[in-house]
Amino acid sequence: MEFFRIKHDIPFMSYGRYTTSISLVTFLFAVFFLSTKGLNFGVDFTGGTVIEVHYTQPADLAKVRAQLTEMNLPDAVVQNFGSSLDVLIQVPVKKDISGAKLSEQVIDNLRRQDANVEKRRVEFVGSQVGKDLIDNGELALLLVSLGIVGYLWLRFEWKFGLSAIIANLHDVVIILGFFAFFQWEFSLSVLAAVLAVLGYSVNESVVVFDRIRENFRTMRKAEVTEIIDNAITRTMSRTIITHGCTQMMVGAMLFLGGETLHYFAMALTIGILFSIYSSVLVASPLLMLLGVSREDFIKPEKTEAEEVLP
Amino acid sequence: MNHYPLWKYLLILAALLAGLIYTLPNFYGESPAVQISPSRASLKADAALLGRVESTLKTANLNPELTELDGNSVKARFADTDNQLKAKDVLAAQLGEDYVVALNLLPRSPQWLTKLNALPMYLGLDLRGGVHFLLQVDMNAALNKSLEAATGDIRGALRERNIAYSGVTRDGPMLSVRFRDADARNKGEAEIKQRFTDYTLNDKDEGGEFLLQASLKPEAEHRIQDAAVQQNLVTLRNRVNELGVAEPVIQQQGADRVVVQLPGVQDTARAKDILGRTATLEVRMVDETHQAVAGTPAPFGTEMFKDREGRMLLVKKQVILTGERINDAQPGFDTRSNEAAVHINLDGVGARLFKDATRENVGKRMAIILFEKGKGEIVTAPVIREEIGGGRVQISGSMTTMEAQDTALLLRAGALAAPMEIIEERTVGPSLGAENITRGFNSTKIGFIMVAIFMAAYYLMFGTISVLALAANLLLLVALLSMMQATLTLPGMAGIALTLGMAIDANVLINERIREELRNGITPQAAIHAGYDRAFGTILDSNVTTFIAGIALFMFGSGPIKGFAVVLCLGIMTSMFSAVLISRAMVNLIYGSKPRLTKVAIG
Repeated sequence: MEFFRIKHDIPFMSYGRYTTSISLVTFLFAVFFLSTKGLNFGVDFTGGTVIEVHYTQPADLAKVRAQLTEMNLPDAVVQNFGSSLDVLIQVPVKKDISGAKLSEQVIDNLRRQDANVEKRRVEFVGSQVGKDLIDNGELALLLVSLGIVGYLWLRFEWKFGLSAIIANLHDVVIILGFFAFFQWEFSLSVLAAVLAVLGYSVNESVVVFDRIRENFRTMRKAEVTEIIDNAITRTMSRTIITHGCTQMMVGAMLFLGGETLHYFAMALTIGILFSIYSSVLVASPLLMLLGVSREDFIKPEKTEAEEVLP
Repeated sequence: MNHYPLWKYLLILAALLAGLIYTLPNFYGESPAVQISPSRASLKADAALLGRVESTLKTANLNPELTELDGNSVKARFADTDNQLKAKDVLAAQLGEDYVVALNLLPRSPQWLTKLNALPMYLGLDLRGGVHFLLQVDMNAALNKSLEAATGDIRGALRERNIAYSGVTRDGPMLSVRFRDADARNKGEAEIKQRFTDYTLNDKDEGGEFLLQASLKPEAEHRIQDAAVQQNLVTLRNRVNELGVAEPVIQQQGADRVVVQLPGVQDTARAKDILGRTATLEVRMVDETHQAVAGTPAPFGTEMFKDREGRMLLVKKQVILTGERINDAQPGFDTRSNEAAVHINLDGVGARLFKDATRENVGKRMAIILFEKGKGEIVTAPVIREEIGGGRVQISGSMTTMEAQDTALLLRAGALAAPMEIIEERTVGPSLGAENITRGFNSTKIGFIMVAIFMAAYYLMFGTISVLALAANLLLLVALLSMMQATLTLPGMAGIALTLGMAIDANVLINERIREELRNGITPQAAIHAGYDRAFGTILDSNVTTFIAGIALFMFGSGPIKGFAVVLCLGIMTSMFSAVLISRAMVNLIYGSKPRLTKVAIG
């Protein structure tokens, strides 16, 4: 079986103008939604209390809400979580109530209504923890970016490092844009997924770059555009199959992993889809733009010629 | 061309065998157990205790599957939770307060595996249920306390040397000693310099007064804060012992935070009460020269506190002892009057201080004050009958047995050197934990099966080899995690699934490369060789970039994210080994011995 038997190289680079404008538009959209709607930060970052409880019969959310209002928590968010039996209660950080004790009070009150309420999960995060997490997250993002640029610089050339990281940060912004647009909860595990995507989708660029470097050595007479087109075309089959396989795993998590893994897998899914696109259609045109040339790899052959003289 | 030397095959075989052995314990599951450990450091779990546990269980007609002595605890494993709970009650009643009887889970793996140190992975709280707390230590309070103590000590030192001074005051982090003349200041400075090495001293003349200003050196500040965290860790350990948790984790995180993890604990209210009890103890003298009047300010040098009955008492500000000096406190009875009493054991420094204080204050009252969240309450204010030396103190009179127990508990659980506040809590119920395991396991399984079917269909023989290499990768990864006794969390399981999905990349790269070489018309043997050879550089590069992300996640991530990062990094290493070495070995074994290979099954 073979999905991709492509006889001639696809002239990707000639589409450069269109693809760059497409990514520019998506990128701008992502930035737009990030700045207008903003990320829906989860309790990990904002601080507050999340309580997940399980009822034996479908829960009456209105009653739960009334109970919480009675407890002087009118701004608590009450919603079903996964099924009608599970209820998720989110309470933002309160100045006058000790967050640490809040969960017990809420559950005690709910038990008064229905003795069968089961506590499934409680997460309380103080506001100072959230701030630390954001700082650490930003630091991690910076470190990963620098590490990748540095490594690619060492292995290839600075032009490769720069275009790879721009392409991949573009993916990251788009993932964040999706989370902003749909107002999905941005939790700590989503952040982990975003950073993993950064490491993972650079793979994609690395594979293409490897081919470009190889082609510079083997296709001596070809133009730079031909070399890049050939590299992309010949790695395309691998790209689709690898990402397909990874996506099978991620898809299994998305649908079977439960609520906790859902958004983690969602961030990975968006990341995988866009990394295919960006590594091929963003990183490579950028490489062209930065003016990659054969001289970046091939040492002048003068010395060799002199030595061969008798 | 496609041959491996014998040692490579042997290496792979050895790795796989080790992988199998260390993965195996994870499949036996766990049985309910009871863990008995001494509640005090002076007691040891030994063969005698094991014998006592065994005979107690026998008389109660409970038959454990296994009883063993493990480190400083005795463990008894049962077939079901019913017997486990019964055993816990029986043992708790029989062994009394000297031992902590806790519920636990013990791996069911056979003895020979345990002997090889092959243990199952430790399940994180999100998989087994339990509570995770992050506590913040109030560092300023630790410093304040130290400064307050120094104020008293400087006064004492100057008085002892008969150096005239007109006052010692504290203004934030700065202590000021006022002298009447420069001569007294010089003497005072020499004395303070010698005794209080933690302070930097500065002369200052102000409005005809001769001031000596003292502030803590940065390294001393650092040391005090560090000591406060260490003291709090010890105190927390003692307190957690009271809760009877089988395998608590109490660790420092960063400079001023403490992580407490209590697997299996569901009664979070009680856990918080015990942990959050930000109590510090102080022993001070009661001021009997003034009358305590509620609502009026306390006279200079004294503070007003309520006792447990709500009566007001004036207490001097100077601290004789703090809770750190208390080694042990036990409820008991007074040998003479047979009244309920609390027996306190002080450490060396505490004993000396206490002796001095009692000698000078016979007939007066001293107060033991418990500070909780900045508010003090007098636990007890006994009259000093005689000088008490040797560090053994008994407090008795007008106490019920219950009160004696309470007081002892408060004294024993130790004071915290600085108050702490819970700034993060994560509680997972046991049913959610079990569900998380199933979900994590199922998604990995389904994902793996889909990838396996696709690879085998798309690359035929080479695809099958890739799948086997991927399975070897999973085996090695789980074995490595078990060997390191890493904690498996739900993000960790996600990490396993993700690394498997990513690891297949290496084999896809190799297989695609072989196909391409074949298309270029070289012989199958050469194509296999070139495929593996040329793909390796790419595989290395792409793995290194992911590895960089993993390291950053490990460095900056907290808790569950760290688990994910560990799995990601280890998975990259095992996948390099399996995707390149193991799959190549299989290819070599199958095709390497055929010199005239004309066709390979790669689809």
